[in-house]
Amino acid sequence: MSAIAAAKKRQRSSGERVLIGAALVTAMLVLVVPLALIFAFAFREGWGTYLANVLEPNTLHAVWLTMLTALVVVPINMGFGIAVAWLVTRHRFVGRSLLLTIVELPFSVSPIVAGVTYLFLYGGQGLLGPTLIAAGFPIMFTVFAIFLVSLFVTAPYVARELIPLMQQQGTADEEAALSLGANGRQMFWFVTLPNIRWALLYGAILCNARVMGEFGAVSVVSGAIKGQTNTLPLQISLLFNDFNVTGAFAAATLLAMLAVLTIVLKALLEWGGGTAH
Amino acid sequence: MGLAQRLHRKSILPGFGLSLGITLTYGAIIIVLPLAAMFLKTASLGFDEFVRVTTSSRALSAYWITFSSAALAAVIDAVIGLLLAWVLVRYRFPGRRALDALIDLPFALPTAVAGLMLVTLFAPNGWYGGLLEPMGLQVNYTQIGIVIAMAFTSLPFVVRSVQPVLEEFEGEFEEAARSLGASNIQVFARVIWPAILPAFLTGTVLSFARSLGEFGAVVFIAGNIPGMTEIVSLLIYIRLDEYNYPAAAALASVLLVASFATLLATNGLQAWQMRYAEGSR
Repeated sequence: MSAIAAAKKRQRSSGERVLIGAALVTAMLVLVVPLALIFAFAFREGWGTYLANVLEPNTLHAVWLTMLTALVVVPINMGFGIAVAWLVTRHRFVGRSLLLTIVELPFSVSPIVAGVTYLFLYGGQGLLGPTLIAAGFPIMFTVFAIFLVSLFVTAPYVARELIPLMQQQGTADEEAALSLGANGRQMFWFVTLPNIRWALLYGAILCNARVMGEFGAVSVVSGAIKGQTNTLPLQISLLFNDFNVTGAFAAATLLAMLAVLTIVLKALLEWGGGTAH
Repeated sequence: MGLAQRLHRKSILPGFGLSLGITLTYGAIIIVLPLAAMFLKTASLGFDEFVRVTTSSRALSAYWITFSSAALAAVIDAVIGLLLAWVLVRYRFPGRRALDALIDLPFALPTAVAGLMLVTLFAPNGWYGGLLEPMGLQVNYTQIGIVIAMAFTSLPFVVRSVQPVLEEFEGEFEEAARSLGASNIQVFARVIWPAILPAFLTGTVLSFARSLGEFGAVVFIAGNIPGMTEIVSLLIYIRLDEYNYPAAAALASVLLVASFATLLATNGLQAWQMRYAEGSR
């Protein structure tokens, strides 16, 4: 510790000490202890029970389906985010702010409502449901419904990270590439993408966490069929309602570890200065 | 100038058609179409039936429980959030970076996990419930549980709204006030507070909006007793389970319009914050 920092530490006023103490105690009670509880309860019957709970076939299937959903949804919404950010930061056109409002709509739609909108589109009494069912493509209560509703809830995540960064970066690099004879594709791969890669990763990480953890919207459209359309958050709820609390916590540790990994990666990206945050 | 040029000022950068095509197609199919389908379903209900469904006594108590719990949760988050933002920005202490990262936990943790965690924590024999129960305070299956679940899941909003404004706050105003003899409390109330107020309110409204629609965490802890601890999201879910789709659509429309109204309020607050930031320069 430097002499100045040490001097500063000694000078700490009583008010400052009280506020720091209050913040640390609050964080401990509200964030640290609850997080520790998840692991304490998952392991309270030992490692053997924990592993048996995690490897239980329905839970394992839920893990697989959750990962599959993220693998489908995250890349698609990364593509959408890039398209939106390119459109609104590199071009001027009428209706730009209306378009941005529509892209951000999913943020203000609550999870249950998101699920309900998809039910009234693809359900048996929905707008397109009867036609699709007659054609042999029932979407509701299949994995496709889970994919679609997850695409909806996380549609704005990547765009929200890219837009402020691309606005700030401006168009000079891309214009230079074009004037040096690059075509559109070369400009995108060698100039745009390297410039936005950290913000893109950051958006993808947040998008992934939301997709893997989505509960309300998925619970409306999936039908929660055991071993078929049950994602990990639904499986936790199912185990809890079956009074298998240890099993529920074992499944919950997987998502809790994902959450911890997410905030660690997020913090590393922010401290690395890679994003506009 | 032709119509096309007037609608789109030509940029020398390529990809306008491609990115516009992707955005419009995807936006229409994934975002607009489902919302339109729900409003169509609600419209098919007819006005009288819509009013009957959305003003039933069970619906009215669900609105009251949801709104009052979300408001209380927002107030709690406002107080905790201001404290955390202040300490993170103004002081240097061991563990500050870890605390800063940890603030996002409620956003990163799936709501079902949060619900499971909270209901266990506040069970009569749980880590917190065991201490509160002897004092006669029951959290699980009461409105207090709903408020706690909502406050937990939207905790980061106020911190993350206030933090950047506090960081960019110009030290010179504060020094000027101090050199004129202002006390710590006067500096905060007269100089710092007006500068962070718009961001603080934005964070609080965001927290309220998120709480209005929170479902996963609340269903675990609320016990879901009609008229007592039944929130709007849950009532919608129950109507779906009963195959009463028109009623579910009507209630979902009410919740959606309430969320849009709070979103408009945040946009207004953000515009105010921008004006304040411009004006102070």
